[in-house]
Amino acid sequence: MDNVENKVTRNKRFDTLFAIIGLLSTLMGMITLTVLILDLATAGASRLSLNFFTSFPSRFPTQAGILSAWVGTCLIMVVTAFTAVPMGVAAGVYLEEYAPKNWLTALIEVNIANLAGVPSIVYGLMALGLFVYQLKLGQSILSAGLTLALLILPIVIVATRESIRAVPSSMREAAYALGATKWQTTRDHVLPYSMGGILTGVIIALSRAIGESAPLITIGALTFIAFLPDPPIKAEFPFISFDWLFSPFSAMPIQMFNWVSRPQQEFHLNAAAAGLVLMIMTLAMNGIAIYFRYRFRKRIKW
Amino acid sequence: METNHAGTGYLTTQGRVQSLATNKTIQKIRERIIEFAMFLCALSSIAVTLGIVGILLFESWNFFKHVSLFDFLTDTQWTVLFENPRYGIMPLVTGTVVTSAVALFVALPLGTTIAIYLSEYANNRVREILKPILELLSAVPTVVFGYFALLFVTPLLQSILPDLPGFNMLSAGIVIGIMIIPYVSSLSEDAMKAVPVHIREGSYAMGATRFQTAVRVLFPSAFSGIASAYVLGFSRAVGETMVVAIAAGQQPNLTLNPMEGAATITAYIVQVSLGDLPHGSIAYESIFAAGLTLMCMTLLFNIGGYLLRKRFREIY
Repeated sequence: MDNVENKVTRNKRFDTLFAIIGLLSTLMGMITLTVLILDLATAGASRLSLNFFTSFPSRFPTQAGILSAWVGTCLIMVVTAFTAVPMGVAAGVYLEEYAPKNWLTALIEVNIANLAGVPSIVYGLMALGLFVYQLKLGQSILSAGLTLALLILPIVIVATRESIRAVPSSMREAAYALGATKWQTTRDHVLPYSMGGILTGVIIALSRAIGESAPLITIGALTFIAFLPDPPIKAEFPFISFDWLFSPFSAMPIQMFNWVSRPQQEFHLNAAAAGLVLMIMTLAMNGIAIYFRYRFRKRIKW
Repeated sequence: METNHAGTGYLTTQGRVQSLATNKTIQKIRERIIEFAMFLCALSSIAVTLGIVGILLFESWNFFKHVSLFDFLTDTQWTVLFENPRYGIMPLVTGTVVTSAVALFVALPLGTTIAIYLSEYANNRVREILKPILELLSAVPTVVFGYFALLFVTPLLQSILPDLPGFNMLSAGIVIGIMIIPYVSSLSEDAMKAVPVHIREGSYAMGATRFQTAVRVLFPSAFSGIASAYVLGFSRAVGETMVVAIAAGQQPNLTLNPMEGAATITAYIVQVSLGDLPHGSIAYESIFAAGLTLMCMTLLFNIGGYLLRKRFREIY
């Protein structure tokens, strides 16, 4: 009898112990994140100044800045967003609302699930062969934006489908009952209700794209670039120019990679500062996404 | 569309019916066009896959015109950029395998523990707070993790292991492991949550503790889902580029010792891409052969995972 009680006590104690181990493991992630940010901040804070944002890269670490890098990142994101969002949302709507149950739909679904597991550098190789050389788009902002768009397409599609699935079918039936067509129902009812979820997914997808460096290096991002792309808005007619699409580019993660892989310690400080800016950008985007998710979930009650 | 004719009182009834009918036809055509456009968008994902496979095979084909497949698989040296180039993929493969093994050694136990904790121990409030923070780990740009591995983890490890070189696979592997924890833990947690409650209750009724229930009942029941989490973790580790390119060194090195530096497949692709190689040279084609090898590795592992899942699938 005593033996059994001992065993029970031991088991219970081990159970509590595991609860503590589990909590500690979960906190590990948080601790790593904190250490990472503190490490970047202590090293990089001294470099962060207005000059850092308005200077081109330079041989002298104290004068080097991230102007071409952040401009490049912003322009690439414009191309990525304008490609991935319409395509991803349309594909998601099609698969959820329109697609017939047949082998082709099943194939598309399996394929999207598999694409999410393809290493990002492989997308870079594909873009190098296809966009840069076969389609002759060159090592340009356009190629870079398209590459990242393809990379985040599965994320946008999955997010769209999930939030469309959350719209109850009574909404659709009500619209059909009033004589609305399928597209009218989708456009006027299903899409507005699922907008919150789609937006969240899009922001998270773009925050992934901002941090991607491997595919950009593969298609030929420059690590040292001392000029800006052609401005999109001109003073003279026709006021809008798309020359910037074909301009060579650098990007934030590329700039950071360049600095961190130099032997001089001084450049590592620049890398830390660039990393800090990059972290703030991605964390802010994720924060906005979490906030959106929270707000939309609260507002809509079915 | 219907509003176009509203208020046109002088239209006869017949005219109205006719214009409504034309509107209907136009509308039908419009619906068809929109549906087709959206179908094309959905189909584009297949085009992407075909593009990836096509380009990799096409450029690798050119590569294998110059290099025999036998040499590629058996030679122990990878010196493409040297004067007497040798094309043996083995050193790159071992580099990739070693860093991934270290990463999985970190991520699988931690990820599984976290999954058990979040699904069986933590209450709702704790879970709601901890999960998003954990998932932020996968949002950190990989180049930042590379910085962290080279300039924080490596010096830290060097204070314990003084012989550790500045570039080593150990610290790169550990950091990749931490990076992929959210992938492993959240999929495993979903799998455990999906196990029906009555199975848990059965176990508790027999007097099992939460830990015993989790390890002896839930883990085996949810194994097919947990296996897919592990496979995804492996795919991420194998394809991870920036951390290894920064922290593991770029010298191909045929070794299984994680304390040494070595280039991985991905690091080699980055190294070649940074230099300005002419389109069509063997070195240019070699990165596609390397990429194809990478794809084959993930594919093999995914098939293995699929077979494993099929073998252990539990249906409720």
